Amino acid sequence: MITVESLTKKYGGFTAVDDVSFTAASGRVTGFLGPNGAGKSTSMRIIVGLTPATSGHATVCGRRYAELPNPGLEVGVLLDASAQHAGRTGREILTVAARTMGLPARRVDEMLDRVSLTPDEAARRVRDYSLGMRQRLGIATALLGDPEVLILDEPANGLDPAGIRWMRDLLRDYADQGATVLLSSHLLHEIEVVADDLVVIGNGRIVAQGTKAELLAAAGTLVRSPELPALATALTDAGLAVTATGSGGASAALRVDAEPDVVGRVALAAGVPLTELRAADGAGLEEMFLELTAETQRETVTEGAAA
Amino acid sequence: MTATDLSPTTAATAVRRPARPAPAPIPFARIVGVELRKSFDTRAGFWLLASVVITATLATGATMLWAPDSALTYEGFASAIGFPMAVILPMVAVLSVTSEWSQRTGLTTFTLVPNRARSIAAKAVVVIGISVASMALAMVIGAIGTVLGSAALGIDPVWDSSAQDLALIVLAQVLGMLVGFMLGVVIRSSAAAIVAYFVYSFVLTAISEALAAFQEWFADARPWIDFNYAQGSLFEGSLTGTQWAQLGVTGVVWLVLPMAFGLWRLMRSEIK
Ligand SMILES: Nc1ncnc2c1ncn2[C@@H]1O[C@H](COP(=O)(O)OP(=O)(O)OP(=O)(O)O)[C@@H](O)[C@H]1O
Ligand SMILES: [Mg+2]
Repeated sequence: MITVESLTKKYGGFTAVDDVSFTAASGRVTGFLGPNGAGKSTSMRIIVGLTPATSGHATVCGRRYAELPNPGLEVGVLLDASAQHAGRTGREILTVAARTMGLPARRVDEMLDRVSLTPDEAARRVRDYSLGMRQRLGIATALLGDPEVLILDEPANGLDPAGIRWMRDLLRDYADQGATVLLSSHLLHEIEVVADDLVVIGNGRIVAQGTKAELLAAAGTLVRSPELPALATALTDAGLAVTATGSGGASAALRVDAEPDVVGRVALAAGVPLTELRAADGAGLEEMFLELTAETQRETVTEGAAA
Repeated sequence: MTATDLSPTTAATAVRRPARPAPAPIPFARIVGVELRKSFDTRAGFWLLASVVITATLATGATMLWAPDSALTYEGFASAIGFPMAVILPMVAVLSVTSEWSQRTGLTTFTLVPNRARSIAAKAVVVIGISVASMALAMVIGAIGTVLGSAALGIDPVWDSSAQDLALIVLAQVLGMLVGFMLGVVIRSSAAAIVAYFVYSFVLTAISEALAAFQEWFADARPWIDFNYAQGSLFEGSLTGTQWAQLGVTGVVWLVLPMAFGLWRLMRSEIK
């Protein structure tokens, strides 16, 4: 279990993390989402004590991370897979970590096997590793102590499709066995498939949090039409809140805060043909994410399409 | 876009992991062992330490070949070997600290051992251990050189260094290494700290030398101001009480205080 209370981090006048509170429960996968620079990595660094918080605090397994007697055995951390000495071999990096935790050398081989790094690859220096191999090594380091809490910053970064599937199953397994998993990712599909709870952050502030089912249920209706502007006008005239989603062109769509039958009726009355009409929860996390973080996005996807 | 299955991907009612007892704290000796391993397990680290042995052997060979016969004494060998070590060992100390930042390994090191003071103290133990071991090695190589050199000349080997001489030289070497360590802690960047070391031990000495040549008051006060100068007395076999005091005063100013400041900042710094 990870508890974060009123965490704030200021860099000079800039607030990177702004009064963030959330709990990642054991037995569940908590997805940590937000646009670039939202403060996800900073929050995670604060949780594991690498960055001092300006105010607020975080506990892992009921204690401050710095008070854990042998953190590697309780918390598996992967913050940046490229942060390794380029001149060490993969096996050596795991050996150093295993020794620090007091684990037998056998554990290193088990982990290499688990993340599918061959003995030949493990003997290579990390400077010669591909992005995905580094990521696998980082995951192996995090899993080494068989921890009951996992804190992973973009663990799927650079993994091939089979690797992503494997990662997803692994996290699910861990959570099902009662572990706490906190992961950030930009691969919304991955999060959508694996996460039980979501914490969405934008510009350092939490913009939404709850179970995935709750958050996605709040998404309303998704509707597509070849005459999108006319439909948008009709829906707005009918007093419904309308947001444009999708990236324009064929994928342009409207998300409406109403049930599908209401939207269908408005479209019928307005004589606008529809190509798609359904509950937006099926459309998923991407819409929700873009909508929730609309003000904090760099690209103005939604506003652009709404015009 | 496909409709997404919102039901849990697997049954959420699964076996809970049994509550485990809190693990025992990591013993300090284990951290020292790991830090020792880390100073050998990269090519750079390995060759840096290997170069201690290599240069000691080369210096011995060179002394035998080219030094005047009068220098083929134990002290002659010891000082020939000591010079390259005085440059290499502080580099080992600098890198043991700075690589955690320059190579970003600190992200792992300080998540596995969140009490940074313990990691840094373990590094200090390793660094001091390496400098003492290297000096012991240098003495053995120097002794072999003395025996071989005198045998080649057909004279009796000249053992002109006392145990006290050697102990003071080891102390000087350890101080040099601690200076490197201190600069690593304060600067936390490999390249900058190495440059700083050379400025500290050569440029500052040259400036101090020049100042002393032109300013009489500085020449008088120099032993109380210049740490490098004060360390010079360690190579003279014995120190007077005043010289110890000078070493202590300059050592506090140039080594202990900056180290304390660097450690204070390091404990609070952000590691990323
Ligand atoms: N040392 C620092 N000084 C100033 N600003 C900083 C510092 N460290 C981080 N920031 C800022 O804090 C903000 C949050 O960064 P963070 O790395 O946490 O974002 P993120 O959510 O992980 O983004 P991404 O999805 O791109 O990984 C960014 O705007 C970043 O520039
Ligand atoms: Mg990040």
